[in-house]
Amino acid sequence: MDQFTLNLIVVGLSFALYIGIAIWARAGSTSEFYAANRGVHPVLNGMATAADWMSAASFISMAGIIAFVGYDNSTYLMGWTGGYVLLALLLAPYLRKFGRFTVPDFIGDRFYSQTARIVAVIALLVISITYVIGQMSGAGVAFSRFLEVQSSTGLWIASAIVFCYAVLGGMKGITYTQVAQYCVLIVAYTIPAIFISLQLTGNFLPQIGLFSNDTTGVPLLAHLDGLLTDLGFRTYTEHHQSTLDMVLFTLSLMIGTAGLPHVIIRFFTVPKVSDARASAGWALVFIALLYTVAPAVGAMARLNIITSIYPNGLDQPSLAYDARPDWMHNWENTGLLAFDDKNGDGMIQYYNDANAPAIAAEAGWAGNEMVTFNRDILVLANPEIAGLPGWVIALIAAGGLAAALSTAAGLLLAISSAISHDLIKSVFNPNISEKGEMLAARVSMGVAILVATILGLNPPGFAAQVVAIAFGLAAASLFPTIMMGIFSKKMNSTGAVAGMLVGLGVEMVYIFTYVGWFFIPGTNMLGNTPDNWLFGISPASFGSVAAVLNFAVAYVVLGMTKPAPQEIQDLVESIRVPRGAGVARAH
Amino acid sequence: MSDKSASAYWAANIRLITICLVIWALVSFGFGILLRPLLAGITFGGTDLGFWFAQQGSILTFIVLIFFYAARMNSIDRDFGVDE
Repeated sequence: MDQFTLNLIVVGLSFALYIGIAIWARAGSTSEFYAANRGVHPVLNGMATAADWMSAASFISMAGIIAFVGYDNSTYLMGWTGGYVLLALLLAPYLRKFGRFTVPDFIGDRFYSQTARIVAVIALLVISITYVIGQMSGAGVAFSRFLEVQSSTGLWIASAIVFCYAVLGGMKGITYTQVAQYCVLIVAYTIPAIFISLQLTGNFLPQIGLFSNDTTGVPLLAHLDGLLTDLGFRTYTEHHQSTLDMVLFTLSLMIGTAGLPHVIIRFFTVPKVSDARASAGWALVFIALLYTVAPAVGAMARLNIITSIYPNGLDQPSLAYDARPDWMHNWENTGLLAFDDKNGDGMIQYYNDANAPAIAAEAGWAGNEMVTFNRDILVLANPEIAGLPGWVIALIAAGGLAAALSTAAGLLLAISSAISHDLIKSVFNPNISEKGEMLAARVSMGVAILVATILGLNPPGFAAQVVAIAFGLAAASLFPTIMMGIFSKKMNSTGAVAGMLVGLGVEMVYIFTYVGWFFIPGTNMLGNTPDNWLFGISPASFGSVAAVLNFAVAYVVLGMTKPAPQEIQDLVESIRVPRGAGVARAH
Repeated sequence: MSDKSASAYWAANIRLITICLVIWALVSFGFGILLRPLLAGITFGGTDLGFWFAQQGSILTFIVLIFFYAARMNSIDRDFGVDE
């Protein structure tokens, strides 16, 4: 059986499983549609949250980003896990006690203001649509590679699949589907990592293998650092980039995580307040399974790439192009990996020619010959690099698609509930029937998928960049407002609305300045490079600065206006206490 | 629940949150980034302890922190008679 048929069978089986579960769990009432009747066990909810959370950026992209930079990109690991601590301590239990379905519901009721509700809906839509564009284009790329179709065709297939189970299943369908997706994606990610760790270090746990001696008898990381230095690259384990940007980027990802509406919404589905706290812990356990393996995948893949190009050491002839392994050949066909024999010696040289090492002149190298190595292929190519069997390669395809599709579905649910529930039912037509609300939810999901697919055909950049931007937006807008709603009894509607508008507005302008207005390529006013950034702060890192502005503006405005009325202060008192968390009330 | 015990309950919660967040910042922003030079002397698997905190230790600490907070809060809830 060839690899293509195997990919089709494994990916097809995994989809049959998800769609089967979605149909089996088809939602009936609106309460079931949004919040799965609050009947979901914390461990299962944690698993589903993990699948919802870990997107194409975590699964496909992150290890590659770490592999080619090293220590400095630890920010992704700390940032995308540390946010769960904030969720568990600062938001989840209180939002569960509050007992509504959506984030704008909380903001609208806590700040007793339709304006606050509408601003929250706008923030939610901007965040979720930005995020889902990245997911859809990521899913499209993965489909096109493994089904060997054009990337636009892959994208349309992805959008059809997401439409099916998100629209049919609602939250309950998605919760159980996502449990299945988590299992597929974690198995797909860890199996190749375990094999590679065994090959390189003899230790089957990648988390320990990363800090063990490799087959040459020196620590793996020291071996890697030595090779990189000899080839003119920056070392892997040392700190090279701006410390300020590193701190702000990590903080942005952390508070962005805690402000993401599709993640927060999950904590509405657990039975009790104490379960909301534990659920965040379980989610992080399942996320950490991937996040502690990812840095090992990155470092080991970088080492494998170097040693496969220089099989006999740097001072011996390098890999002959004609003798290159199959994985290089396969990925060259996609255009994501490319070689150029600059010195015409028929061999591949990989080194940093901007900082040419002594060895290059001696050996007669005329420039780096691995001219393209797209970082996003690293995880997908990993099983092939390690020479693992065909079914493992097919499994990683299914895992990558599960990661992208589950996140897209969770985001679409957040988008559709914001429109049908928070805008139509709460603001424009309070008398809408339950059936009408369900219809509006499904129609808005369909429209959102269509918009995201069309924007995903020409994404505003690399998928991981788009995702990081969504975090900056969430950090700047929703997180500070929700937090003030719980921790500041006196915070009033004027302060909250002013804070949200300033936070969201400043972050959007900063992003659009460097990335292009409304993500349209070519409309950016400054180049997106560290030299142009304000104090060297990247657009995604700026979310932290905008979040501080959000808090500051809200408190300044509060100082000039009357504090929240007594009944709202009593409401805040009541959400701080777990007892009495009943079932959610429709608005 | 009386106003007095409500404010004592909330104060206990805030104290616990503060302790947890100090540890949260110490292992990530501290040991992982800003204080890494101080840990440079402690070698660990071909690099130093700061690198381990940035790529493994901080994540493991986060998990422990959440379950610690959840367990402590459950007992504080019971002490103040506000558990579910």
